[in-house]
Amino acid sequence: MNESPVVDQEAMQEPPTRMVAIDAVESASPILIEDVTVAYHRRPVLWNIDYQAPSGKLIAIVGPNGSGKTTLIKAALDLVPRAAGQVLFFGEPYGQQRHRVGYVPQRTSVDWDFPVSALDVVAMGMYRKIGWLRPVSRKYREAAKQALDRVGMVDFANRQINQLSGGQQQRVFLARALAQNANLYFMDEPFAGVDAATERAIVDILRQLRESGKTVIAVHHDLQTVHEYFDEVVLLNMRLIAAGPTADVFTPDNLRKTYGGKLALLDQLGEKMAQPRSR
Amino acid sequence: MCDSSLLAVDSLWELFARAISLRDYNTRVVLGGTTMLGISGGLVGTFLVLRKRALAADVVSHAALPGIAVAFLLAERLAPGSGRSTSVLLFGAFASGLLGMAMTLAIRRWTRIKEDAALAIVLGLFFGLGMALFTVVQRTKTGNAAGLSNFIFGKAASMVASDVWLIGVVSVVIAMLCCGVFKEFSLLCFDEEFAAARGYRTMLLDWLLTLMAVTVTLIGLQSVGLLLVVALLLIPPTAARFWTNDLKVMSWLAAAIGGVSCAGGVVLSAAFPKLAAGAVIVLSGAGLFVVSLVFGKERGLWPKWSLQHQFEQRIGRSDLLRACYELLEPIHGSRETTQESLTKYEIDDLELLAMRQWPSGRFQKLVSSAVRERLLETNSTGGYQLTLRGAAEARDAVRRHRLWEIYLLTQTDLDPRLVDRGADGIEHVLDPQQLADLERQLDSHLPQGIPPSPHPIAGAAIN
Repeated sequence: MNESPVVDQEAMQEPPTRMVAIDAVESASPILIEDVTVAYHRRPVLWNIDYQAPSGKLIAIVGPNGSGKTTLIKAALDLVPRAAGQVLFFGEPYGQQRHRVGYVPQRTSVDWDFPVSALDVVAMGMYRKIGWLRPVSRKYREAAKQALDRVGMVDFANRQINQLSGGQQQRVFLARALAQNANLYFMDEPFAGVDAATERAIVDILRQLRESGKTVIAVHHDLQTVHEYFDEVVLLNMRLIAAGPTADVFTPDNLRKTYGGKLALLDQLGEKMAQPRSR
Repeated sequence: MCDSSLLAVDSLWELFARAISLRDYNTRVVLGGTTMLGISGGLVGTFLVLRKRALAADVVSHAALPGIAVAFLLAERLAPGSGRSTSVLLFGAFASGLLGMAMTLAIRRWTRIKEDAALAIVLGLFFGLGMALFTVVQRTKTGNAAGLSNFIFGKAASMVASDVWLIGVVSVVIAMLCCGVFKEFSLLCFDEEFAAARGYRTMLLDWLLTLMAVTVTLIGLQSVGLLLVVALLLIPPTAARFWTNDLKVMSWLAAAIGGVSCAGGVVLSAAFPKLAAGAVIVLSGAGLFVVSLVFGKERGLWPKWSLQHQFEQRIGRSDLLRACYELLEPIHGSRETTQESLTKYEIDDLELLAMRQWPSGRFQKLVSSAVRERLLETNSTGGYQLTLRGAAEARDAVRRHRLWEIYLLTQTDLDPRLVDRGADGIEHVLDPQQLADLERQLDSHLPQGIPPSPHPIAGAAIN
């Protein structure tokens, strides 16, 4: 008898504290990368990366081939092990903030000759929400259709995915991430091998995402469109060369540092660590 | 002589009738067990094939061999006579099959050896070890009689009711698991990395799939044998893929194909007892595979080929009729061509041949098929004349061609000399709706009826 008021009191007090906690997370940066180093077969591919992304911006990761752009995304998403450092999403590790982080892998990373329709692929973005042992219900099919509509692909919902063009496949991948309704999106070369119409469609979607306060971090290859498409740039070549607003960071000088002139010392060090016993 | 051979045929027929009418209890038992085995094999195999782990199943079955031998030897040492028990042998097979699988995964993960090489290494290692141990088994007193060789070549007839129960329960569990984690398995097979990013433990899912494949392999050892059991996993889904582009349909179809080929194999081998059941099962599966390969609705060779063939036929036919029309057009002079007027003139086949560059042999085929379809008819002097139907079709073909040519000329900067060839490719795929659109767009350029050709017609110069 005595205990019930106490319980009530706790229940009364709980909501405000929870609100405060959510506020703290809300105000934290979408992604905070601290001193991350990644190595493949002992050869380091990323050295001491420190980066904090601003909220609600379109951010490009730019760098030459093999500079670790994809690896940075994968290391952040716990897809490849980090040798050192930590990554926080909205102030918490990835495991706790997964639902708020969307991922669009490289289109060529999967076999498109898989027996599923465009709608099936988009629904995959919601499998976690649907849960184990449950089929994809009508509600989720509708949500998947809406996501396809956003990328202008709703007419292709039942099309088998190997009958789609490269640009259409890319849009389906994008729709899969959109269906998840995340706050931060990683996109690995969303413009690679797509036609002009798809590129425009994707840019429109990126801008819509920004307008609704979401953050997008995309690996980008076309240096000419960086200014037009992105607010912020991260210049990467095994280490962080520069990061910040496009106007300040995307300069000829920084680009030369990123693309030109081999980073001789790092290369040598990497070589040495890869073959510790050979000399 | 005559009598005895009649008798043989008679008894063979009798045997066959007994087999397919399932009069024997034993046949029924074996049939039930292997059918369920086929169904679960098809289900698991679907994901295995899509995960591109087809060869892994082969490794598992071969890796089971040393386990069977060791289990037998150990059991005989501990309690003589217990080595023949199926469950003991299967346990050994399970342990070493799983060990073989783990070894390939480990090699792939921690060395730079490619997967196919890793699989081949483990397969060779385990099967070699197994064969060596088998010679040891053969030398033991009971080894010869233990029927261990059944595991290599399979002997469905040796199944007893308790085996069927085991297979049945395992199959039902596997089918339920496949349905339960259908979403997750399909995501794993399609895009493992995305699955990992969404927080799925892909390693565990992978192991679950492997475990299921190992289990099906092992319950299949007894009936089909370790050399052929992999076919139960791979043939049904590959055959099913020819019929559908939908994963759900594909997996159920694979289950059905697996079940049918197992049932068919058992019945056949009961009718012809000299044929090994395992081989017949696999062969009937292969038969269904060939049927699917040829006739499969989505990817089969025949539907693909016949579509292509129909299209070529249509093009050839309209090209031929257009040539006929263009041959007769100058004869009309300034008069308008009509369906009736076109049928009045004889067409000389040499002149017709000169109208286009027909691929060799194709011209004769086109002409004879046009005669067959009553578009052309031969007249009393041995020449050809258009029928009313042929004339109507010829006018349509020419109109389509010239509309498109004019469109190309007026709307694009194509060289007039190239227009004929440019139009040649496209005109055949124009549908009535597009034709109407073309007419509307070209309104100002169009005379009534069939427009004259915007360029000199090749071959017509001969006239």
